[in-house]
Parts: sequence; C-alpha cells; structure tokens
Amino acid sequence: MLIGRKADIAPSEITPRAVWLDRRRFLGAAGGLGAGLILGGEAGAAPLQAAASPLSTGEPKTPKEDVTSYNNFYEFGTGKSDPKANAGSLTTSPWSIRIDGLVNKPGDYALEDILKGVSLEERIYRMRCVEGWSMVIPWIGFPLSEIVRRAEPQGSARYLRFETLVRPAEMSGQRSILPILDWPYVEGLRMDEAMHPLTILATGLYGETLPNQNGAPVRLVVPWKYGFKGVKSIVRISFVEAEPRTSWMTQSPREYGFYANVNPAVDHPRWSQKTERRIGEGGIFVKRRETLPFNGYADQVAGLYSGMDLRTFF
Amino acid sequence: MRFLPPVWLVYALGFIPAVAYFALGVMDRLGADPQNVLERALGLWALRFLVAGLAITPLRRSLGLNLLRYRRSLGLLAFWYACLHLSVYLVLDQGLDGAAIWADIVKRPYITIGMAAFALLVPLALTSNAFSIRRLGPGWTRLHRLVYPAALLAAAHFVMLVKAWPPEPLVYLGLVVLLLAYRVVEPRLRRPSPRARAAQGR
Repeated sequence: MLIGRKADIAPSEITPRAVWLDRRRFLGAAGGLGAGLILGGEAGAAPLQAAASPLSTGEPKTPKEDVTSYNNFYEFGTGKSDPKANAGSLTTSPWSIRIDGLVNKPGDYALEDILKGVSLEERIYRMRCVEGWSMVIPWIGFPLSEIVRRAEPQGSARYLRFETLVRPAEMSGQRSILPILDWPYVEGLRMDEAMHPLTILATGLYGETLPNQNGAPVRLVVPWKYGFKGVKSIVRISFVEAEPRTSWMTQSPREYGFYANVNPAVDHPRWSQKTERRIGEGGIFVKRRETLPFNGYADQVAGLYSGMDLRTFF
Repeated sequence: MRFLPPVWLVYALGFIPAVAYFALGVMDRLGADPQNVLERALGLWALRFLVAGLAITPLRRSLGLNLLRYRRSLGLLAFWYACLHLSVYLVLDQGLDGAAIWADIVKRPYITIGMAAFALLVPLALTSNAFSIRRLGPGWTRLHRLVYPAALLAAAHFVMLVKAWPPEPLVYLGLVVLLLAYRVVEPRLRRPSPRARAAQGR
C-alpha cells in the first residue's frame, strides 16, 4: 500500500457524493420510467451501476425472463409464477432495516443510508434450489460483512437472524386461509458465514434494481446454500447468541436444517439432491447435471465446516 | 338428459391436453422449467380423469345424472395419462438411468406411492373391455375396486411432492376422500333403519 501519495485530483474537483448519487437516481428514475413505458412491466426497475467481481462465474447466465418469472416467494403464493403475478402490489420505498440484538449500534436504518456506505458489485452466482433446479444469476449487491462491521457486534453475537416483511395487505400469500408458513419468514447464518466474502445483500439483478418478485428492495444471497436461505425483502437483522429457528426448520425439522448447504451426498428425505435441472437450458429435452458439493463453491467455503458431520448438520 | 355426446368425443377431447403440452414442450413454450411443467401436467390430468371416473356413481345415485357410458373412457384416459407421466419421468427426467430410477422407487415414498398407484391401474386397463367383463363376471367388479386405493395413492403422491401445504394437492386429495366416503356412507343412509323396517311389519 502507498502511504502519503498525493491525490491526482483536488478534493474540490470531486463531485460531492450526494449530487453524484442524485444524478444516478435521476438517470435511474428516468431510465426506469422509459423502460416501464416500453415494457409495461417491472414497475420501478431502475438501472444500477456495479463493478465486476472476480468472484463471478463465467457460466452462461439464465435468461432474465426466467429469473424474474420462475421462483419461490411464498409471501406471494406457492406457485412458481405467483411472485411475478402478485408482487407488483408491494411498496418498497420507503424501506428501513431494524438492526438489533447483541450490537453496539442498534437502530432502524433507512435503506438509502445503508447503501451510501457501500460500493455495489455484480456477482454472477449459481443458485441451486432445494427442489432440484438451478440458475445462474447476475446479482448486484455488496458483502453482508460491511453491515455486520458497521453494526459492531458484541463478542457474544454468534448468529444473525433475518426477517422478511409481514404486510398481508400487500402480500397475498400472507392472506392465505391455510397458513403456508409461520410468518415472518425467518432465516439465519452463523457469524463466519455472514462474514464470508461470497455472502452478499443484493439490491439488483441483471443491471437493474431488484424486481419485487425477487425480493426487493434487499435480499440475502448465499450461493453455496440452497436458495431458500436467501431471505427476501429483509426488514430486520438481529444479532443473537443461539442458533435461530428458521421458518423451514419450523415447517419440517426433518427435511430442512439450519445449514442447508448444497450437498449431493445428503438427500432431501423426499427426493434426491444428486442432480439438478439448469433452467433455460433447452426445453423438455434438457439433461440433468450433477450437483456439486457446496454448489461448486467448496474451495472457498468447505473450510467453514471442517470437522462437522454434514449429515447431522444438514 | 336427452342428448349425450358420443364416447369417442371424450377420448378426442381427453387427449387434447397431452398433445398440446407435448407440442408446446417441443417448441420450448412451457416456461422456465418445461420438463417439470410437462411431467406435472400429465400427472395432474391423470388424477383429474381418476376423479372424474370416481364421480360417475355419486352423480347417478345422488343427482340421477347417468354418465355411466363414459366411465370406461375416463378410466382409460387416466391410465394413458399415467403412462405418459411415467414415461416423461423415466425417459426425459431420469434419462433411463436405471440405478437412479431404482434408488428413487425404493428410497422415496412419494415415488414408491406413485409407482404403486400406476401398478394398480395396469390390471384395470387390461380388463377394461367387454370380453373381460363377461369372462370375470362378479370378479370384475371386485377387481375394479382397486381404483379406490389407486386414486388415494395418486392424490397422496401429489401432496407429498410439494413443499409446505399449498392448496391444490390438498383439494384433489379432499375430492378423492369425499368421493370414496360417499361410497361408504351412502348405502348406510339408503338402508332403512331397523325401526323403519319394523314399522313395515317385518
């Protein structure tokens, strides 16, 4: 690192951050408006600038249409097309995240304030759903570790517990007569998982802000775990001492564990996890592909679990 | 009812979903996960035809609507859709990987159950003809009661392959249970009570 290097540009020449952000917001709003007029969909999607990342995969990306029209977000219904059909009603601005628990800086933080301190990166990650299908998605986001650091966790904070918004008026799945899950949707990570450079909070995909159906305005992405760990539309992050009980653990403790690492050697009790179908890869004649340990991220993350029996801690 | 459409029309209409799904599948117009859509659609239509076939008797007894002449076609359509559903699973989904398929059948209860439902339908399809009815006599009726467990297993197969408890599979399971319960409850309601029999001087 160079110390005491003279700046090439005088500070006075640098556009103040607020103005710069405003310019982007203006362009984003204008772009979003234009796209909205042309496409008539994807309400509120605005272009999002992001730097490329060496952590991205070079695999062919799943078409945007598939990424935004085929996914699970039970707050809007259990069908794969329900999120796109029903998430338009969600208001994502203003948005704030409550950070509480074992931290020195608890509080309700406006999302725009959180985003002021971070630089966005494009992370092209594989996504493996516990149901046996997969995608390659160009997320835009920032490392979760930045939020953790800023919250200043206390020594006793060993886990993070995330909550999705509960707003039945705008989330049709939460109005279901048969309750689908125990709302709010709760997910969790161990502190070292949360601090891992691959773990991001995403605010966009495919160069734009997140569509509502993909978890707007901010969601978790942990590429070596099954997709359901990626809690969407986050409103609360709590720093806790004990392992949080997640929604899927409550729903079926035999089938869904806390870790939910992608693992072809540990089957879901009702179906095999050895193979997966890559979405958007060739109609009804698509061949299944082998599922990789830790979804192909074993080199980076297997060390987090050394010494653990992954059959017990599934 | 005066006019009842001919039986061949049930077959003609009944195979439209299969032809449409295969055509759309080949053109890659079945959305993001076309193989899964095709597989599930064929299975769902098999279940629908099973439910329709089970509804014939209750409709006749409770509403006096006699659609008995369509029962065989509905049953056979259910069987053919189950065949197509199974073929898509074996050929397109599993790529005829014998080891993977066998592991699925013995290890996964929902596949075991689906296979059992299919196995129960096979003798019914083989004996769905006038010759077998004559040949088997009263045994034919007893044999074809296998459709009851087959429908229950098929509905359970649907419920077990989804996460959480989405309504659709439960609705089908509910319909099957209702239609089977009718067969248990209705004869008891119909039979006069001992007191009524006594009043008739017996």
